[in-house]
Amino acid sequence: MRFLFEPYKAKMPMNKLPLIIKREYLAKVRNKSFVIMTILSPILMVGMVVLIAYLAKINDNERHIIGVFNESQYFINDFQSTPSTSYVHFKDLTLEQAKDSIVGIGYYGLLYIPEGDTMEEVAQNAFFYCKDAPNAGVTNNLEEIFQDRLRELKLRDLGVSTEEYASIRENFEIHTSTFKGQQNLKEINLLKIIIGGGFGYLIMMFIIIYGGFVMRSVIEEKTSRIIEVIISSVKPFQLMMGKIIGTSMAGITQFIIWIISATILLFIAFLFFDIDPSSLNKGADLAANMSPGMPNVDQTMQAIAQEIFNIPWLMLITFFIIYFLLGYLIYSSIYAAIGAAVDNETDTQQFIFPIILPLMLAIYVGFFSVFNNPHGPIAVGFSLFPLTSPIVMLMRLPGGIGEGGVPIWELVTSILLLIITFIGIVWLAAKIYRVGILTYGKKPSYKELFKWIKY
Amino acid sequence: MNNILVTNKVTKQFGEYTALDNISLEIPEHSIYGLLGPNGAGKTTLLRIINQITYPDKGEVLFDGELLKPDHIASIGYLPEERGLYKSMKVGEQVLYLAQLKGLSKHEAKKRLKYWFEKFQIGDWWNKKVQELSKGMAQKIQFIVTVLHEPKLLIFDEPFSGFDPINADIIKDEIINLKNKGASIIFSTHRMESVEELCEYIALIHQSEKILDGKLADIKREYKKNIFDVGLEVENGEGLLQELTTKFNLISSNSLRNDTQLNCKVQLPTGDSRELLAFLSNKAIVKQFVETIPSANEIFIRTVQSKDAHE
Repeated sequence: MRFLFEPYKAKMPMNKLPLIIKREYLAKVRNKSFVIMTILSPILMVGMVVLIAYLAKINDNERHIIGVFNESQYFINDFQSTPSTSYVHFKDLTLEQAKDSIVGIGYYGLLYIPEGDTMEEVAQNAFFYCKDAPNAGVTNNLEEIFQDRLRELKLRDLGVSTEEYASIRENFEIHTSTFKGQQNLKEINLLKIIIGGGFGYLIMMFIIIYGGFVMRSVIEEKTSRIIEVIISSVKPFQLMMGKIIGTSMAGITQFIIWIISATILLFIAFLFFDIDPSSLNKGADLAANMSPGMPNVDQTMQAIAQEIFNIPWLMLITFFIIYFLLGYLIYSSIYAAIGAAVDNETDTQQFIFPIILPLMLAIYVGFFSVFNNPHGPIAVGFSLFPLTSPIVMLMRLPGGIGEGGVPIWELVTSILLLIITFIGIVWLAAKIYRVGILTYGKKPSYKELFKWIKY
Repeated sequence: MNNILVTNKVTKQFGEYTALDNISLEIPEHSIYGLLGPNGAGKTTLLRIINQITYPDKGEVLFDGELLKPDHIASIGYLPEERGLYKSMKVGEQVLYLAQLKGLSKHEAKKRLKYWFEKFQIGDWWNKKVQELSKGMAQKIQFIVTVLHEPKLLIFDEPFSGFDPINADIIKDEIINLKNKGASIIFSTHRMESVEELCEYIALIHQSEKILDGKLADIKREYKKNIFDVGLEVENGEGLLQELTTKFNLISSNSLRNDTQLNCKVQLPTGDSRELLAFLSNKAIVKQFVETIPSANEIFIRTVQSKDAHE
């Protein structure tokens, strides 16, 4: 055969996978909406945080001035001005006059405490007048003052002195420990829930977002009819895996960009707006400051810091990667198979619901059952079942492995089951994919999908 | 002559439905082989098997004397009927990608693409996105991608659909060109007229079965009925016509211009036309004497009808 060009010994690359991965990656990364999402998301997210912090700051600066019109002999000295609320005491007026003057001066509201025989009766008949529906914070404050006084009174009747009452108002928190003597702080358990839940949630989001990308990419290849051209050069399985890997690499790129840019933006925003990040968890600060009776605040913080170091990060991240990879591969190959089975995105709904179901179940079971009882039958069951284990097991793992944590046999079984499922599902999905990409026309039923597996 | 491709009793079923039933074909090297049949006959399934997109349930395919294996993909170029390109990808990037999937190095692919883009005068498309191209333009790109790696066997499934007549001619010339350079070509179509001028060999596939194959010229010879188309100038047309009727099997006739011009069809028992010609040249001026050869279309229809009648 006389060739146009010098005979070229075509090297048949045994593995065309890198080529496919590269194309899928670039196609995704260069996609306009992907770029926009990558840039916009951190800005939106940081914007939200800054807005919330900023509003919280403004809100803090607002001072409520409340008129107090007290006709009784109770609660005389209880309404003392605080940084956020000032009380102005009105005397020698009628209620109507008091109301009018409040409106005239433009105060926030008027607290009316009528005459009465007992403190209870007085409290019952007290009234708060306000221009609009009052701010919940303001009414809460008022209610607390009443409640506190009433409680004090009743306790005094029972023989508890004011000093004694003050001493029992101290905040209390139980200290916990494992049998091995490891100190466990409640904050730490919360932290573990946040870490485990965060990892699980991340996996779910990643699967839903990027699995969807894989699916749409398969549909695009079908509708643009390039599929048969490609498939005469590469095996459908290679194309499917290349697509899944390329898309997830684009996803990981996006996640990394999000995390880095969000951190930088957040830092800049706080500098620029002069917002103290701690204003976001003011509640916690307040609680700490309000209880001078609790001497070990610093100690607690130190212990938390200690515990953060003690959390087996390396183990957690290792297992996160294992569960993430296997879980993502399982789900995204199902997504690829769905994409291959249909001709357009609207037909996918019926097939997507059954995939999202186990994911949602895993998240809900995780939050409502696993954290309360990490070693109960439900937690164990769902952390073994392969379609939920990537999420549920990660929620259990911050508790450690072995004694006091996840038993090793459970971990091994869970990973083995996941690997077996992975092989099985990818095999099935590849079969459906192989037939589906070359089948046009009507949306197949589950029965037909089952038939395709046997072709 | 060597066969570039042989299919041996290839059968493919999709569930209950038989898409290919015992198809045996021999496709000679350096020829254009027409794979004909109506839509849904099973042509595309057969081509997919040759391209190892699907696999036969029974039977085997030999490529260049060897059982078909994945390595052969680099020696086959396939232009599918259902063809397309990535819409949002640039033309240049896309052709490079597809060429590399066929086993060409990036460097080699670029060199060859330059040649083809110049040849088709489409150099300025390189940075365009596919969605900016017209259908015919995209078809040209697909054609280039199919032939770029200079495979031994080229498979074109309905190559002319989507082309305007001018571009269809350009592509037809390129196909002949490739054949002359030594490539073997399978040309699948349901449009018979394009078969006549291109194909040396044909196979007819109908309802999943092969009903006819061989050299087109042989088939035509086989299907011809020894009918001769005769145009004469005579003085007495009426008299000649009567003589013809008694001596030969006259099928039809009509005379023009006051009996001086006569056209008729005569069927002979064999292909030997000497007796008829001698008789005619003795009696009249023979203006036209042609044996009627059936068109591929006629052969196709006749075969299908006779097959349906047998069932």
